[in-house]
Amino acid sequence: MPLITMREALNQALREEMRRDESVFLMGEEVGAYEGAYKVSRGLLAEFGPKRVIDTPISELGFAGLGVGAAMVGLRPVIEFMTFNFSILATDQIINSAAKMLYMSGGQFKIPIVFRGPNGSAYQVSSQHSQALESWYAHFPGLKVVMPSTPADAKGLLKSAIRDDDPVIFMEQERMYGMKGEVPEDEDFIIPLGVADIKREGTDVTIVARSLMVPVALRAAEELEKEGISCEVIDPRTIRPLDIETIVNSVKKTNRVVIAEESHPFCGVGAEISAEIIERAFDYLDAPPRRVSGADAPMPYAKNLEALAIPDVQRIVAAVREVTYTA
Amino acid sequence: MSSRKPSNSRQQADEVTSSVATTAVTEQEASDLLTAEELHAEHEQRKEDQKGRIEATDRELLLHLLYQMVLIRRFEEKAAEAYSLGKIGGFCHLYIGQEAVAVGAISAIRPDDYVITSYRDHGHALAKGMSAEEIMAELYGKAGGCSAGKGGSMHLFDASVNFLGGHAIVGGQIPLATGIAFATKYRNEDKVTLCFFGEAAVNQGSFNESLNMAQLWKLPCVYICENNQYGMGTSLARAMSLQDIARKACAYGMASEFVDGMDVLAVREATLRAVERARTESLPTLLEVRTYRYMGHSMSDPGNYRTRAEIERYQQRDPIKLLSASMREKGLLDDETMKQIEQRVHEEIERAVRFAEESPLPAPEELYTDVYANPIKS
Repeated sequence: MPLITMREALNQALREEMRRDESVFLMGEEVGAYEGAYKVSRGLLAEFGPKRVIDTPISELGFAGLGVGAAMVGLRPVIEFMTFNFSILATDQIINSAAKMLYMSGGQFKIPIVFRGPNGSAYQVSSQHSQALESWYAHFPGLKVVMPSTPADAKGLLKSAIRDDDPVIFMEQERMYGMKGEVPEDEDFIIPLGVADIKREGTDVTIVARSLMVPVALRAAEELEKEGISCEVIDPRTIRPLDIETIVNSVKKTNRVVIAEESHPFCGVGAEISAEIIERAFDYLDAPPRRVSGADAPMPYAKNLEALAIPDVQRIVAAVREVTYTA
Repeated sequence: MSSRKPSNSRQQADEVTSSVATTAVTEQEASDLLTAEELHAEHEQRKEDQKGRIEATDRELLLHLLYQMVLIRRFEEKAAEAYSLGKIGGFCHLYIGQEAVAVGAISAIRPDDYVITSYRDHGHALAKGMSAEEIMAELYGKAGGCSAGKGGSMHLFDASVNFLGGHAIVGGQIPLATGIAFATKYRNEDKVTLCFFGEAAVNQGSFNESLNMAQLWKLPCVYICENNQYGMGTSLARAMSLQDIARKACAYGMASEFVDGMDVLAVREATLRAVERARTESLPTLLEVRTYRYMGHSMSDPGNYRTRAEIERYQQRDPIKLLSASMREKGLLDDETMKQIEQRVHEEIERAVRFAEESPLPAPEELYTDVYANPIKS
């Protein structure tokens, strides 16, 4: 299998789905002539033309809503946010329109749309450009939320998301666009939504990690292996619907769990996973579930402070030692 | 004052002066608006204006427009009654006074064209051809409702007649309409989208973002601002710096027109022009249709921000009264025909109420259906 970057994998998914289905189009700021702020849409304007690769004015609410309207009458828009920080301007259309249209119309209007772009921290872009917003969107029934952590997952999941008939929030990570991995070339390669992946098998502790935290958790697991602690790393890949069964089954085996996330802890996805584990596997736990989250503060600019705000290998290792009482 | 009266529907936006202050909070301000004599003179002028249009319009169509306006009026009266009896819950925004806008505009499009509107949606739904039975059942929260009892008054939908809702965040439907028009153009269809919204929605960012993109990308959408002069209880004068809404189209280089919303034929004609522009040139239009709602913002509105006298003045320009008076003068309507219209409407409303009463409540398991089109068990 070819070794390609996350951005190339996403590009392949878009290209293949646009070739496959005329009703798929890509719209967003700088997606066309500029080829994407992060070059995910490189070459797409040249192949598909301005009818299907559309540069928008800086109007997040407007073009998000335009996408939802187009989806109401059968198109399959892919709406790119330059970053999910800017999607905050569009939340009215995502939450009040896209998430609820099928329900409040009594099943008449499905919304097959993908909202995608980078989520979470980048490199020293400070408070307004570093937010991980998955818990916002995952809160709302009607939305699906996807967060890939490898190029192969990114391609397979994005293809599924585009083919799905529901609104999908597809969250990439800016720090991971250059990450390389083996990716199948098969145009029918898809990964179903709602299925977690065991990224590393282990017996002593379960580490649940998503997006940027998956490679960090895998490095922590390697380090811990040297000390004889065997970690199982589970990537839910889809936050909603959440494959809680795979997580709970792992916890029933290891009896200990650490949940790593880049986002703020309060009311976060980690809190939800922790609550689910407690409700479903309380008797199996040999230690309280432990969260390792981003700082409960806005993202600072200073490099040293930024590094402190994002969970790293050492913090995950420390948390694993806590739940295994090996600290 | 006379230069700003919305009496001439053909008046173009640019000709309207910007010193708009038709809204009134106090009796004093209301009385500054129009005297009884002025009002009478305006009514006569409107009839005069309408005569030419009446002559140019087929009688069957006139009767159809009249029927639809009466149907909406009586439907809303029945809805108010059912609301006060506790049969209808939640928010219920009535369209009484504004009937000429939905009826006139929707009479100008084809059945396969799209209509989308705000939460004050009963009138548009009826005018687009949705069944009164299913609308009433929806207001009752019954399984037989057009949205299966899940949407309610503010979220009427019917895919079979291309009625795309019923949206309850002010201005939220404007980007949606823009997207519907985008999709029709994308597929090379010659369908037109009518997007209705109140004047208060013009202050939302969604209006600016949508109209900019619609003109930029030449989308076949007709934006119909129903200026009923109050955003809930806040008059236009207290909420908008430039109150000639049609003139705002110049910010986008978009065609616009100022329309008398009490004259159903004026609304129809202006919409026909805009629809023609959309269908043949794929260009949007902004119509500002000056109208007035007689009832409160919703059923829970005490209405103490305006005077009884102001409402009564507008009621003298009533769209149903205006059309029926003009038709009578032209010998196109008599007491007997009017009686028949009222009788047919009465029967339709009675059928609607019966259907709503008899329709079952949604089954408990419906709570979790239609959350996802492709549900994934987790």
